[in-house]
Amino acid sequence: MSSALNLLPSILMMVSPILIAALGGMISERSGVVNIALEGLMGFGAFAAAAANVLLEERLPGASIWIALALATALGALVSLIHAFASISLSADQVVSGTGINLLANGVTIFLCQVIFKQERTRSFRQGMRAGPGGIYPTAWIALALLVAVWYLLYKRPAGLRLRACGENPQAAASAGIDVRRMRYWAVLASGAFAGLAGGCLVLTQTIEYKENMINGAGFIALAAVAFGRWIPKGVAGASCLFGAAVAFAIYVVNIEALRALPPEFFSILPYAITLVTLVAFSGKDYAPRAAGQSYEKGAS
Amino acid sequence: MARRAAGLGRGPIVRLAGSDAAMSVLVVILGFLVGTALVAAVGRDPANMYRAIIQVVSGFDLTRGTWNARYIGEWLVASTPLVLCGLSMAFAARAGLFNIGAEGQYIVGLTVAQFVAFYGPPVPILHWVLAVLLGMLAAAAWGGLVGFLKARYAVSEVVATIMMNYIALYLSRYLTMLIPGTNTYKTPSFPATVRLGNAWLEGLTNRSRLNTGFYLMLASVLFFWFLMEKTRTGFALRATGFNKDAARCSGIDVTRSTVLSMAISGAFAGLAGCAVCLGSFGYGRVLAGLDNYGFNGIAVALVGNSSAPGTFLAGLLFGMLQSAQPLMQSRQIPKEVTYIISGLVVVFISLRSGFGLILEARAKQLARKGKPRDE
Repeated sequence: MSSALNLLPSILMMVSPILIAALGGMISERSGVVNIALEGLMGFGAFAAAAANVLLEERLPGASIWIALALATALGALVSLIHAFASISLSADQVVSGTGINLLANGVTIFLCQVIFKQERTRSFRQGMRAGPGGIYPTAWIALALLVAVWYLLYKRPAGLRLRACGENPQAAASAGIDVRRMRYWAVLASGAFAGLAGGCLVLTQTIEYKENMINGAGFIALAAVAFGRWIPKGVAGASCLFGAAVAFAIYVVNIEALRALPPEFFSILPYAITLVTLVAFSGKDYAPRAAGQSYEKGAS
Repeated sequence: MARRAAGLGRGPIVRLAGSDAAMSVLVVILGFLVGTALVAAVGRDPANMYRAIIQVVSGFDLTRGTWNARYIGEWLVASTPLVLCGLSMAFAARAGLFNIGAEGQYIVGLTVAQFVAFYGPPVPILHWVLAVLLGMLAAAAWGGLVGFLKARYAVSEVVATIMMNYIALYLSRYLTMLIPGTNTYKTPSFPATVRLGNAWLEGLTNRSRLNTGFYLMLASVLFFWFLMEKTRTGFALRATGFNKDAARCSGIDVTRSTVLSMAISGAFAGLAGCAVCLGSFGYGRVLAGLDNYGFNGIAVALVGNSSAPGTFLAGLLFGMLQSAQPLMQSRQIPKEVTYIISGLVVVFISLRSGFGLILEARAKQLARKGKPRDE
C-alpha cells in the first residue's frame, strides 16, 4: 500500500499531460470536429518547450519553464490552424488532415533539431520543472485548473452551450444565429493549444530532452480517454486518471511486490483494450456528439 | 439539366481538380518544392537532395561518376512494405472505410511470422510459405475484427484501429520476449529456410537485400486490381463504399462487405510485416515503437488515389524518399525533409479535396447565373 502511495506523484505526472490533451480533444469533438492530430500536436508542443527551455534556462533561470510552456501552447494552436482550415473552411475529411499533421510532426520537429542543435534531438536541459509540495509537479494543478475552467465554460456559459450545439446539430445552431464555422475554429484552436501545452508538460516533467517518437502514443491515449469518458468533463477526467495510472504502472510495476507477476505490457495495453471494449458496450447509445466528424456546409440541410 | 450546366461551366482549373492523377502529381511536386525551399532556407544545397534521389533510383553517383546497382535494389526493398501498406489503406478506402490500423496489422503479421520462423518445420520453401500465409491470416483476422465491430456495433473504425495498433504493439513485445534466447531488443537469428532471400535478385542488384518479398508485392498489386475491378466481390465492395444504403437495397450484404474489406486490407498489411521481418532482417525484433509503415501507407494510398497502379507508383515514390535518407544525411541534408515532404503531401491532399468541392460549387453557381433560359 505504501508503495502505491509513493507512486502517487508519478501517476499524477503521467495523468496531467493526458488529461490536458484529452480536454482539448473533448472541446474539439463537442464542437463537431474530430481531432486525431492530438499526438502530432503534442509532439510540436514538446519540441517547442524543450528547445525554449534549453536555449533560455541559463539567461532566465526559473522563468524559462513558463516561457517554454507558453511557446508550446502557442505552437500547438498555430499548427492546429492547418486542421481547422482544412476541415472547417474547406470541409475536407477530418481524419486525412489530422493524419497529415501527425506525419508532419516528427519530420518538422527533428528537422528543426538538426538545424538548431546539429543532432537528431534537442540538447538536454539541465533543469526541468521542479516538483512542488509532496513531490507533485505543478502540471497536475494546471490540469486541474483547466478541467474546472473547461467544465465551467462548456456547461455554465452561453458560449459553451453554443459550442455543444454546433457538435450536436449544426443546422439548428446556425438557425439560432450561431456562426458554426467560427465556433468550430475556436474549438480546434483550443484543442491545439491544449495539446501543445500537454506536450510541453510531458517533456518538462518526464524527460530531459525532445527526441523522435517521444510522445509514443500519449496523444492517442488522450483520444481514447475522450471516448471512454463519454465526451463529458467528469468522465474524461476519470478516464485520464485511469489511463495515466496504467501508464505509470507499466513503468513502475517491477517495484510493486503484489503486481510483479504481471508483465508491464499488460498495463500498456489496458487503456486501449478498455476503450475498445467500452466502445462496443456503449454502441447504440448516443454518447458521442452527433455531428462529430461531419463537415458543416452553409445552407445545406 | 443541372449536370449539363455544371459541365459547361467548368474552367480549366476545375477540370484539373477533377482529374485525380493530375492532382496527385501536382500535390507531389508542391511537396517537393516546399521541401526544396526548406533545405535552401537552412543554408544547405538542395541539389544534394536531388543527387541523393537520382543515386537511389538509377544507381549513378553523380559526384563520383560511379554506378552501383545495389542502390536500386535497396530502393525496391524499401518500397515493398510501403506499397503493401498503401494497398491495405486503399482497399479499405474503396469500400468506404478509413483503415488507420495497417500499422497494427503489419505488427501482427510480423509477429506471427517470427513465431513460425522458430516453431515451424524447417523445410525449404514450405517454411517461409507457411510463415507468410499464417502471418497474413492473423493480420486478416486482426483487421476483420475491426470490420465486424464496425458492421455489427457501429464502432468507428478510426478509433478502433488506433486502439488495435497499440494493443498489437505491446502484445507483440510481450509474446516475442517469450521466445527462448530473446533479449530486450532481438531474438536469436532465423533459420535459413524461413528467409525470403533470393540469390538471383541479389546477384542482379550487386548483393542488395532485394528478396522474394518483392515478387509477393507485385502479385499483391495484380491481385488488388483484379479483385477490385474485375470480380463481383470487388463490385460489391465498391458499391458499399459509394453508398451503403443503396448497396443494401440492391441486395449486397453490407456486413459481409465491411468485414471482408477490412480482412483483406489487413492481409496486405500483414504481408508487409512478413516481407520486412523475413526479408530485411535476419532475426526477430522486440519492437520498441511503431515502424510507421502503416501510417506512411495512408500517404501512399492517398497519393495513389486508392487504385492499384497509382498505389504502386506512389509506393515507389515514398520508397525512394525513404531509401535516400542516409545519402542525404551524409551530404548535410537533414533526412527529416523526406518526412516533411510526405506529411505535406497528405496535408495538401486534404486541402485539395476541399478546394475541389468549393471550385465545383462555384462553377455550378456561375453556370446557373449564366443560363437563366434554362429555368
